[in-house]
Amino acid sequence: MNGGVDRTPSGRVDACVVGAGPAGALVAAELASAGYDVVVLDAGPRFDPADREARMERHLRPGDREPVWDMGGERDAYSATGAREYPLNAARVKGVGGSTLHWQGMVMRLHEQDFRLDSELGVATDWPLSYDDLRPYYAAAEEELSVAGASDNPFAPPRETPHPLPAFPPSYSDSLFAEACEELGIATHSVPNARNSEPTDEGGACVGYGTCKPVCPSGAKYDATRHVARAEADGARVVDRAPVQRLVHDDAGDRVTAAVYATPDGTEHRQEAREFVVAAGGVETPRLLLLSKSERYPDGLANSSGLVGRYFTDHLFAGVGGTLDEPTRQKHVGFNTTESHQFYDRSDGARGAIKLEFLNYAGPAPADVATGAETFGDDLLAEIRGAYGNRIAVGGLVEQYPRAENRVRLDPSRTDAHGNPVPDVVWSLDRRTRATIERANEIQRSILEEMGTDVDWTVGPENTGPAFHHMGTTRMGTDPDESVVAPTLRTHDLANLSVVGSSAFVTGGAMNPTLTIAALALKASDHVAERL
Amino acid sequence: MELDRRDLLTALAATGAGSTAGCSSTRRQATDGGDVSDHDADTLVALAEVLYPSSVSNVGEFVREYSLERVAADAEYAAGVAEAVGSLDEYVSEWHDVPYAELPTVERGEILRHMTVDTADPDPDGVARERIRYYLVNELLYAFYTTPTGAGLVGLENPPGHPGGTRSYRRGPDS
Ligand SMILES: Cc1cc2nc3c(=O)[nH]c(=O)nc-3n(C[C@H](O)[C@H](O)[C@H](O)COP(=O)(O)OP(=O)(O)OC[C@H]3O[C@@H](n4cnc5c(N)ncnc54)[C@H](O)[C@@H]3O)c2cc1C
Ligand code: SF4
Repeated sequence: MNGGVDRTPSGRVDACVVGAGPAGALVAAELASAGYDVVVLDAGPRFDPADREARMERHLRPGDREPVWDMGGERDAYSATGAREYPLNAARVKGVGGSTLHWQGMVMRLHEQDFRLDSELGVATDWPLSYDDLRPYYAAAEEELSVAGASDNPFAPPRETPHPLPAFPPSYSDSLFAEACEELGIATHSVPNARNSEPTDEGGACVGYGTCKPVCPSGAKYDATRHVARAEADGARVVDRAPVQRLVHDDAGDRVTAAVYATPDGTEHRQEAREFVVAAGGVETPRLLLLSKSERYPDGLANSSGLVGRYFTDHLFAGVGGTLDEPTRQKHVGFNTTESHQFYDRSDGARGAIKLEFLNYAGPAPADVATGAETFGDDLLAEIRGAYGNRIAVGGLVEQYPRAENRVRLDPSRTDAHGNPVPDVVWSLDRRTRATIERANEIQRSILEEMGTDVDWTVGPENTGPAFHHMGTTRMGTDPDESVVAPTLRTHDLANLSVVGSSAFVTGGAMNPTLTIAALALKASDHVAERL
Repeated sequence: MELDRRDLLTALAATGAGSTAGCSSTRRQATDGGDVSDHDADTLVALAEVLYPSSVSNVGEFVREYSLERVAADAEYAAGVAEAVGSLDEYVSEWHDVPYAELPTVERGEILRHMTVDTADPDPDGVARERIRYYLVNELLYAFYTTPTGAGLVGLENPPGHPGGTRSYRRGPDS
C-alpha cells in the first residue's frame, strides 16, 4: 500500500494492459464490458479533475515553471540524437488518460489511399489492412469518442452513418477564409472534433474556455479518463504510478507470463495474465520491448525482425500567418472548425499528404501580451490593441514517409529514475518531406494573399517541428521479417502479446492519429477476446 | 467600462480559486486561506489603478473582492502577496515616508519602472522585483485580461480562461 492505494498485483488475470491512454483505456473498457478480468498499469499518476482550472492557469500565466501535466525530471529523461531535435516531453503525458489530457482532439479517418501507397504510387509500404477492413472500427471509434462532425467533406473516405454529435459550426474567421478559398477553387469543410458539441452522459457541452490544448477544465474535450471510468465501472482495476519495467516470458519464449512493475515505495511486483497488451505510446512501447530483452530474445522482445523502434515517423507542422486590415475574431475557442483535405491524396510519389487547417487561435491573447508587457495602463491597452485583433493564420499537417534510420532506441549512457536506459529519439527530415512542407506553404500563402493578408511569418522546412504523433515503431505486417505485429495487433513472436497504438501504423498519412489508434484498439480487443 | 460581479466570478474561476477540491501537485493549493490584510488589499487596488486602462471604473471593488476570495482558497498566494507588498513598500521607503498605496498615481507608475518591475520576468521564487511582477502585477493583469470586460476592450469578449460559450467565436465584429 502507498498512500492508501493498493498497488500490489492481482492474481493472474485475463488481461494486463500497459498504459492508460486512449489505446489502453479502450482495450480495457472493451474487455471489461465483455466480462474479462482486467488490470491496467500506468506509469503516471491519476490527476484530480478538480485541479484542471489550476493547470489552466499554469498554462496561461507565465512564471510558474511547473509543466502543466508534470512531465519531466528523471522519470521522463530522454535523449534526442538525430539531425532534428525532438522535444519528447512536450509531446506526451504520463498518467491516467495519457496524452489525450493534453491533446487538441481533432479526429479524422485516414484516406483509402493511405493504406496502399506502394501499390498506388510506388512509395513506402502498403498496410496489411484496407480502409474497408477498418471502416466498421472507425465508425465504432467515433461513437466511443463522441465525435462531433458532419458529412460535408468531399475528400473524406466513404462513411455509413453520421457522426454521433453535430459538428461545431464554422467560425467567423472561417468565413473570411471561405471567400478566398472559393476564389482559388479550394473546397473547405468541417473538422471532426472529439469534443462535445452537445452534452453527453460523460461530459457537458463545450463552454469555450479556449485552452483545449493543454487542458480542458470543463471535460467537454474527450480524454481517455472516460474509458478508464467505464472500464473501472465494469470491474477493471487501474493501478497508477506503476511503470512496467519489463515483460518476462516462459522458457520456450512463446508467451509473456508477467509484467514486472515498480511502485512509488520502490518495490517491484509481477502482474500475471493470460494476455498482455502494451499500449504505452509510440516511444515507450518500443522502449519497453527493448528493455525486456532476455537470453532467448537478446535484441528485445517481439523483435526478431529487428524493426522494434525503427521507422519512427511524425507529422510536420507547416504554417503561414500575418495580419489583415479587419478584425479576425481569434481566440474565442481553442479548436478549429474548418479544414481542407483537397491536397491530401497524392497524385504521385513526389510529395506526401497535406492537410490544411484554418486556425481559430492565431496570434496572442490579450492576457499573453499583458503578462509579458513592459507597459502599463493605457499604453498597455494600446499595445494589446496592436497585437490582438487582426491576426490570421493557416496551419497544416504534412506527411513524412517512414524511413528505417528514424528510430527510437535505448540510450545506454543515460538512465531514468529506475535505472533503465532512456529512450533516444533519432529523427530527421528527408528531401521529399521538405518539398511537401514547401508546397503546403505555397498553398497557405496563396490563400492569405488572396485575402489581402500582410504575411509576416512562415513555418517551413527549416523551422518546422513535429506534431507529436509518434508512429511506426512496431509496424504492422503479414511478414514476420518485415514487421513486428500482425494485422490482429498481436506480435509475430509471442502468442499472447499485443501492441496497440500508432506504433503499429505502417504509414501515417497527414491525419491526426488517434481515431485510427482507437479503431485499432477496438480491433485488437476483438482479437484478444477471441483468444481468451 | 465597469467591472461587475460576473467578471469577478470569472476571474476567480480562471485562477482556480473558485474550485472547491484540493490539489496536491499544483502551485495553487486549496489549503485553508488566511485573510488578506487591509493594507495588502489597498496596495493591490493602488497598483490596479496604474495597471488597468484609465477608462475602467469600479477597480477598487473588483480587486478587493477578487483578492479576498482568492486568498480564502489559497494561503500560499496570500503569503506571496503579503511578502511582495512588503518588498514594494520597503523599496518605496527609501524615497518616501508613505507606503506604496498612499503614493499619488503618477509616482506609483514611476516606482514600478524605477524598480524595473516593467521589464522583470515574473517569478514566484525570484528576486523582489520578479516576485512583485508575479504576485502583484501579473496577478492583476491576468485577472483583468481574462475577463470579458478587460479582453472585451480589445474586441475579445470570450478570452482564453473564460468559459464564455460557443457562440461568440461565430459572431462577426459588428454583430
Ligand atoms: C500537444 C498534443 C496535441 C495532440 N493533438 C492531437 C489531435 O488533435 N488529434 C489526434 O488524433 N492526436 C493528437 N495528439 C496525439 C494523441 O495525444 C496521441 O496519439 C494519443 O494520446 C496516443 O494514445 P496512446 O494511448 O497510444 O498513448 P498515450 O496517450 O501517450 O498514453 C500512453 C500511456 O502509457 C503510459 N506508459 C508509458 N510507459 C509505460 C510503462 N512502462 N508502464 C506503464 N505505463 C506506461 C503513460 O504513462 C501514458 O499514460 C496530440 C498530442 C499532443 C502531445
Ligand atoms: S473550448 Fe476547449 S477547453 Fe474550452 S470547454 Fe471547449 S473543449 Fe474544453
